[in-house]
Amino acid sequence: MPSVIARSSRHSPLPGFGLSLGITIFWLSAIVLIPLSAVFLKSTTDGWDAFWAAAGSPRALASYRLTFGAALLAAAVNCVFGLLVAWVLVRYSFPFKRLFGALVDLPFALPTAVAGIALTALYADTGMIGKVLAPLGLPVAYKPAGVVVALVFIGLPFIVRTVEPVLAEVSSEMEEAALTLGASRWQTFWRVILPTILPALATGFALAFARGAGEYGSVIFIAGNMPFQSEIAPLLIITQLEEYDYAGAAAIATVMLAVSFAMLLVLNLLQHWQRRRRS
Amino acid sequence: MSIHIEGVSKTFSDYPALNGVSLEIGNGEFVALLGPSGSGKTTLLRIIAGLETPEAGCVRFGNRDVTKSSAASRGIGFVFQHYALFGHMTVADNIAFGLTVMPRRSRPKGGEIKRRVTQLLELVQLPGLGDRYPSQLSGGQRQRVALARALARDPKILLLDEPFGALDAKVRRELRGALRTIHEELELTSVFVTHDHEEAFTLADRVALLNEGRIEQFAPPEEIEARPESDFVRTFLS
Amino acid sequence: MGTRSTLREPPLVKALLMAAAFAYIALMLLLPLWAVMSEAFRAGAKAWAAAVSEPDARAAIKLTVLVAAIAVPLNTIFGVAAAWAISKFQFGGKAVLIAFIELPFSVSPVVSGLVWVLLFGAQGWFGTWLIDRDIQIIFALPGLVLATVFVTFPFVARQLIPLMTAQGRADEEAALTLGASGWQTFWHVTLPNIRFGLLYGVLLCNARAMGEFGAVSVVSGHIRGETNTMPLHVEVLYNEYNFVAAFAVASLLTLLALVTLALKSALEWRYRAALAART
Repeated sequence: MPSVIARSSRHSPLPGFGLSLGITIFWLSAIVLIPLSAVFLKSTTDGWDAFWAAAGSPRALASYRLTFGAALLAAAVNCVFGLLVAWVLVRYSFPFKRLFGALVDLPFALPTAVAGIALTALYADTGMIGKVLAPLGLPVAYKPAGVVVALVFIGLPFIVRTVEPVLAEVSSEMEEAALTLGASRWQTFWRVILPTILPALATGFALAFARGAGEYGSVIFIAGNMPFQSEIAPLLIITQLEEYDYAGAAAIATVMLAVSFAMLLVLNLLQHWQRRRRS
Repeated sequence: MSIHIEGVSKTFSDYPALNGVSLEIGNGEFVALLGPSGSGKTTLLRIIAGLETPEAGCVRFGNRDVTKSSAASRGIGFVFQHYALFGHMTVADNIAFGLTVMPRRSRPKGGEIKRRVTQLLELVQLPGLGDRYPSQLSGGQRQRVALARALARDPKILLLDEPFGALDAKVRRELRGALRTIHEELELTSVFVTHDHEEAFTLADRVALLNEGRIEQFAPPEEIEARPESDFVRTFLS
Repeated sequence: MGTRSTLREPPLVKALLMAAAFAYIALMLLLPLWAVMSEAFRAGAKAWAAAVSEPDARAAIKLTVLVAAIAVPLNTIFGVAAAWAISKFQFGGKAVLIAFIELPFSVSPVVSGLVWVLLFGAQGWFGTWLIDRDIQIIFALPGLVLATVFVTFPFVARQLIPLMTAQGRADEEAALTLGASGWQTFWHVTLPNIRFGLLYGVLLCNARAMGEFGAVSVVSGHIRGETNTMPLHVEVLYNEYNFVAAFAVASLLTLLALVTLALKSALEWRYRAALAART
């Protein structure tokens, strides 16, 4: 490998290859790769039986169900509303459009703990929204539904920001072609526009899901954090840590990381799909 | 200053760009490197400039072996195909760049740099445009600025990569004349890359015809036309 | 972005779509913002001022700024080095390197904190070694910095790699042929070319560094006035049912988010071309 790098670097007359790549690899290893490998190694220090006992305990399984289920549901909700927001942003002009567009990124910028307490204040039985929903038999705060609400908040920008540019690229000629072929607006949307933006929508979905599955700050305030009911996997990791069960915490973290890596793979495949569509 | 190239080879991810090329360019000569795309002419020019390193062979300027010297220390002027002007600097700052990056000891003083910039702007017939930014200039003007910038440190060797490639025919003719005049006036040794044989033949003292990383013929234009040395030369010229 | 008239939806459909999008944004994004502010000032401006200026809050603000002031420059240097190596040179394994650099984005914040506990915690790999030498990393400033560096790791690099790849090497080569040294080329040519992209990356990196909750929560130990950053201080106050104070500190973080969004939008609006690539 070093000889390959040395030879290839001669393609560039610019200096600093060794220094910049050295800094990159050192920092990447020290901050990301070595620490992450610690999780895998630690999770099996007590053997595979202990690993499965910790990663596959009923309480852990319940937390995965809630974490991944809520993340899927929230991403699905955002697919509908994120597409709606992207559509309005791309296609229509209206006053304060730039402000509206900037606001979409709020969940990226707002610290998650702030989002958590704000949503809790709104959806608690005494809150502005909870006051309306609770009498209808739809309590949100301190229930699994609260987790979904928090993840919907967190995930919105992922869908909007991935769909927006692709939607803007859908050529009006293509839509006009569909119209001249006798398709209605509705048919044009379903048969022409939606298939065109589908790879982007799927990418946004995967990004929102991945972010939602790992989310902690905005969730723990609004979820009840009851074991087996409203306890998310990241919280369970912290609980194990507080009980000094490092191997148990690492085992659950390993499951979370495995899902993250799987999502990265899916995202790469989606990007492939999207690129092939565009060219 | 004369340029001596001996047995230079260069491979790019497994395909040979140059295959043992040798070339002797005399002091004060104006030489064109001519050939189809992929013939290795730009690679050869970049090796002379120090922007690429050859795997074999050597490059000498006069008696000085520069094969291992960096582009910064070779004392050449290089004009890029797409100008490569620094967009965040004014025309004057672009032209002065080479002077302002000199070590403090040998760097000219501010007033001197200013005088030199004015002088260079006059040389390329753009007096008074020093305060503009590159984006405010036409293509031909940008190329003139690029030329002035390359000449700021008084190079003895001027290298140009497809210098007129992106310009329309009229501007191209004007610039050719200007370049030839400057070449004579500053007593430069100039090498330029082109794929246009008419351009090579009207402008250069001698033309090096390249094909697949080799030199097919290196001679004055009249001689190439009168006695093409290979089938490739014959077909390329027709 | 005017769509041709044949491609417009009927006015009623358009009005409905826009109304739905506005309602969704208002419900999901504006309402939480309003909730933070109204809760923060529920007991009046005096109570707010008292809450944000009491010693523990001041210590939290100081610590947050300190952690960001260490983490952001480190990741900025790394990001520039990584982008320089990846964009200006040819070498094998680039795609893998980029994937590794972006990895922290897909790791749960809790796991991002956990890795440091597994390495440097009392029962971690280097735990005993550190205790013997009386060096504290976890539950102290170094742990907070490491966790923050991990979660903000990709921000600057991710912004610069595509930008510098699109810009190519021509400007740097021109500077070299004009006699500039490597550093002169970097300072006078590369840096001005990437300044807005760099600023953008640093802005996002800083917002995340100051607002991070999950990762620092794991390594902080929640010692009031000592290892609580602002988001952690919000949590502590909230769990003590001191809602006015919790929302008061949260309102400062909200302000940070809004300023970040405003600057980000301004950069996108004014320097869109310079952020993506020059034409």
